[in-house]
Amino acid sequence: MNKIPNRQAICDVLMEKAKDDRDIVVLCSDSRGSASLAPFAAEYPAQFVEVGIAEQDLVGIAAGLAACGKKAFVASPACFLSTRSYEQAKVDCAYSDTNVKLIGISGGISYGALGMSHHSAQDIAAMSAIPNMRVYLPSDRHQTKKLVEALLQDEKCAYIRVGRNPVADIYEEENCPFELNKATVLCEGTDVAIIACGEMVKPALDAAELLKEKGITATVLDMYCIKPIDQDAIIRAAENARAVLTVEEHAPFGGLGSMVSQILAEHCPKKVKNLTLPDAPVVTGTSAQVFAHYHLDAEGIAAAAEAIL
Amino acid sequence: MNYKALSFDLRRDCVDIIMAGGGGHIGGDMSVLDIMATLYLRKMNISPENINDPDRDRFVLSKGHAMEAYYAILAYKGFLDLDDIKANFSKYGSKYIGHPNNKLPGIEMNSGSLGHGLPVCVGMALAGKMDNRPYRVYTIMGDGELAEGSVWEGAMSASHYKLDNLCAIVDRNRLQISGNTEDVMHHDSQQERWASFGWNVITVDGHDYDALSAAFDSAAATKGRPTVIIAETTKGYGSSVMENKAPWHHKVPTQEEYAQIMADFVARKEEALHE
Repeated sequence: MNKIPNRQAICDVLMEKAKDDRDIVVLCSDSRGSASLAPFAAEYPAQFVEVGIAEQDLVGIAAGLAACGKKAFVASPACFLSTRSYEQAKVDCAYSDTNVKLIGISGGISYGALGMSHHSAQDIAAMSAIPNMRVYLPSDRHQTKKLVEALLQDEKCAYIRVGRNPVADIYEEENCPFELNKATVLCEGTDVAIIACGEMVKPALDAAELLKEKGITATVLDMYCIKPIDQDAIIRAAENARAVLTVEEHAPFGGLGSMVSQILAEHCPKKVKNLTLPDAPVVTGTSAQVFAHYHLDAEGIAAAAEAIL
Repeated sequence: MNYKALSFDLRRDCVDIIMAGGGGHIGGDMSVLDIMATLYLRKMNISPENINDPDRDRFVLSKGHAMEAYYAILAYKGFLDLDDIKANFSKYGSKYIGHPNNKLPGIEMNSGSLGHGLPVCVGMALAGKMDNRPYRVYTIMGDGELAEGSVWEGAMSASHYKLDNLCAIVDRNRLQISGNTEDVMHHDSQQERWASFGWNVITVDGHDYDALSAAFDSAAATKGRPTVIIAETTKGYGSSVMENKAPWHHKVPTQEEYAQIMADFVARKEEALHE
């Protein structure tokens, strides 16, 4: 089992690129440790800005740096970054069109037992609703690396959510197909299309294996790009399937499931089931326990797929 | 140049923009105008010719609702065309909206929601320090705006990073939309509050061009900490019709009021010319 969390992969890319790019600046809100960015702060102190526990200031400062030519990477717990500094994300980043990459760490219910204050089950909905804001939930460390490398090439803002814990590899270092804003097709089938993002991609892929044993074939899409979402890939997958299942570590309204349902209702009406967290504070537990509780694991996903066919 | 006299022409342009668009924030426009004019006409290294120069001075209008005053000054400096603004301000499909928008030349950042300018300027000042650039960074806040917590987050970080290339200005007109600032939310003593956050504090008559100019020079000469200029101003400055009257926060003059305001501006300009 891989022991490198996606946040570590982000630090590795930034450390590597900062060698030759003095304009890369990393900002934290007393969060360098939890963001795995302490090595960056130690290696590049002149390109690291500690803001303290002040998320509004954090994102405003990042936007000011970006307006003066810096490539600002903000890393702060997703629960705070996507709510406390929401207006700065909207006005200073998206509306002012500044090159700020907002990295929501320990996203979703990563801080399992810490309670709803520390969960970010609303961040996809919130960030996606902002015009000019892009939203990404990479699924493993290799894809995270590719994503950050790609985002370093542009000058637009984006929100990237990663979880706290290491997640199993889906891709390999030398075999990680990636095209920015295009979903990755992990397998293809004709019975059900499973569209997942972030940490839900691996259990979705495992569910496809379980379904295969029962003679059910599934397409699995890694929809790491929530916005702009890969509409063509969704329609293509739905056209070839009898039903569609979405899986996400997010509240039921305004996330991946809502978006997929919206697109399919217009372009390819199909039976769609959204697997999500509840519209309620989640049960106390580790990530794995919480996922299992809400059937967001391979067995639960497979069962849901079977049920809608 | 008699800036005081000029300021009443700029106020005329500002009120004309409001009349043409049928709305605006006239009271705050009048109180902030002399501060902004001092920066743009006397102090800042910024012009239509150098808007892409990385060494240009930076300005963010944190009290973004004073946009009509900003339009008048940007037009006077040649960034924008006054007649075009008057023809289109607030009209359907217009690029001239009621708050700063950086799609227009000369405007660095969008604002409108209060409490955003200072943190953004902290970032701009940090970038200047990182790249060893000579530019200075300015932001103007309203006094009612100071109730926003993000202002004080910015105040903390500016002082922590010893940003002596940053100068914040408080347009201390003592009125906000609901009435006296001290009744809505207590803000005195501004001097003690900013000093306690580690800032160099200068208090000045916000309608005195020479005093404002000297304050900006003093700020530029202050090393190791940011400067805040508490500019004591009069909301609605320039006409007895609106001076110190809270309802004029965003009132649009009637034709009679407009005539009186214009007459007051002419008289004040005459006074300034003979001072």
